[in-house]
Amino acid sequence: MKGRELYLYRWRKVKDKGMASLALFCVFLAVTPLFMIFFYTLAQGLGAINIDFFIQMPKPVGEAGGGMANALVGTLILIGLGGLIGLPVGILAGIYLAEYGNNKFADTVRFFTDVLSGIPSIVVGVVAYILVVIPMKSFSALAGGVALGILMIPTITRTTEEMIRLVPQSFREAGLALGLPQWKTTLRIVLPTALKGITTGVLLGIARAAGETAPLLFTALGNRFWSTSIKEPIASLTVFVYDYAKSPFEDWIQQAWAAALVLILLIFLLNLIFRYATRGRYGEQQA
Amino acid sequence: MENSKPEMQVTLSKPIVAVHPERGPLHAGIAPPKMVTKNINAYFGKTHALRDVSLSIPEKRVTAIIGPSGCGKSTFLRCLNRMHEVARGTMTGEVELDGRSVMEYDPVLLRRRVGMVFQKANPFPMMSVFDNVAAGLRLNGMRDKSLLNERVEKSLRAAALWDEVKDSLGKSGISLSGGQQQRLCIARAIAVDPEVLLMDEPASALDPIATAKIEELIYQLKINYTIVIVTHNMQQAARVSDYTAFFYMGELIEFDETKKMFTTPEKKQTEDYITGRFG
Repeated sequence: MKGRELYLYRWRKVKDKGMASLALFCVFLAVTPLFMIFFYTLAQGLGAINIDFFIQMPKPVGEAGGGMANALVGTLILIGLGGLIGLPVGILAGIYLAEYGNNKFADTVRFFTDVLSGIPSIVVGVVAYILVVIPMKSFSALAGGVALGILMIPTITRTTEEMIRLVPQSFREAGLALGLPQWKTTLRIVLPTALKGITTGVLLGIARAAGETAPLLFTALGNRFWSTSIKEPIASLTVFVYDYAKSPFEDWIQQAWAAALVLILLIFLLNLIFRYATRGRYGEQQA
Repeated sequence: MENSKPEMQVTLSKPIVAVHPERGPLHAGIAPPKMVTKNINAYFGKTHALRDVSLSIPEKRVTAIIGPSGCGKSTFLRCLNRMHEVARGTMTGEVELDGRSVMEYDPVLLRRRVGMVFQKANPFPMMSVFDNVAAGLRLNGMRDKSLLNERVEKSLRAAALWDEVKDSLGKSGISLSGGQQQRLCIARAIAVDPEVLLMDEPASALDPIATAKIEELIYQLKINYTIVIVTHNMQQAARVSDYTAFFYMGELIEFDETKKMFTTPEKKQTEDYITGRFG
């Protein structure tokens, strides 16, 4: 190479390196806030975390110590109730959209699912208030679970649909050619193949629901006492953070940070558990 | 294995003649027909993929379908076990299995009798070698462990894969080599004990050694199964098949014993294609 050819070659190299660096820079830009949030929460909250924080009940104002055992259990119950509603509805709707969804009705469902995922969570809280709280004449864990469940549905539905669509047609054909009915092919061949991707969607849905405060304020309400009844108001980490963070007391604010940290770690833990439970037997594979 | 085809005990019945609407009777040898198609036309959307194809497929013989790309070979194959419906195709005319129209069968039950092997090996990625072969049986409700073991071994042996995988039945199906994967798919297809095996270019993605193994396998399989194989490879058709059908532009041009097709074909088009002058 010589002259102009060499020049063009070098210029290509420079452009290539330039774009790669730009992409890397943007990655840093994107993850920096994430790390900052995590480390700031860690720095602020770690001081208030000890065994008591996990096993004690909240103490009255002025008394030192205390914990958020009720809120931790409350959040788990709320996520559980939400999952009980959101998982089956979301996954089955996703299967329908992916496997039988070539019609007007499915298009409509898709449209409203997208709308639903954009609706402010507080509106969903109002819906749950009308659907559950008013008929039951009481705030309750059940109402909170319904609100969270509705919030999970769009994420889970659309991810499930996308992931099932990614499963190559050849697997469906292989199943059908073995003389399996369509539903068995979907359930036993397509769904397991898409399981990893669906898990991601489920986790996104759960993580979103677990971090919600607004819809819980007038459904699950919050509770300073121990309760595991789904008919009673129930405490949750997010509402705990909300209440404590806006209080004027130094130690409460510290506990709010600690509760926020616990919430992050809880979602992290759920992630690990789900991924372990749905891991393929053969390690990483094509979707 | 030996190069000579295994001697077969076949009861000779009346000669089978498939009638083409314009070209008249097509001679097709003397094995009894397993499947017969009568004037089938197939459509995908606006594409008219098959035009008045009438053909009889002799039992426990290998019938090769040859022709240039897009001539309707694969469509024809799919019409035989109604897999064209999966690809949203429609069909008119009659396809008969043992004298009964396939439209009268439940497609699920039909496909248990008329199995299929695809161009690209497609073992289920989340299943082991064993589970892949057992899939059809297990998902159709077979629970008996020892019976499953027996059927899986039998199928893998029939697919000439047993010796290579017997120590790694628990390994992932997609950890095998390409040729092994295709034989695994053949084992999976024959595990449900079909009578007819449709093969859509089963060796087109394989190297010559793996191809040779599949071809040997087809020799073996025709003792028990009626085989229809679509192939792009003329030599392959000549090597493995007893009968050959030549398709062009969705029409069946000629159908005869392979020996005759490759030496003295009746139609000029067939000769041109086989000798490589077009297609």
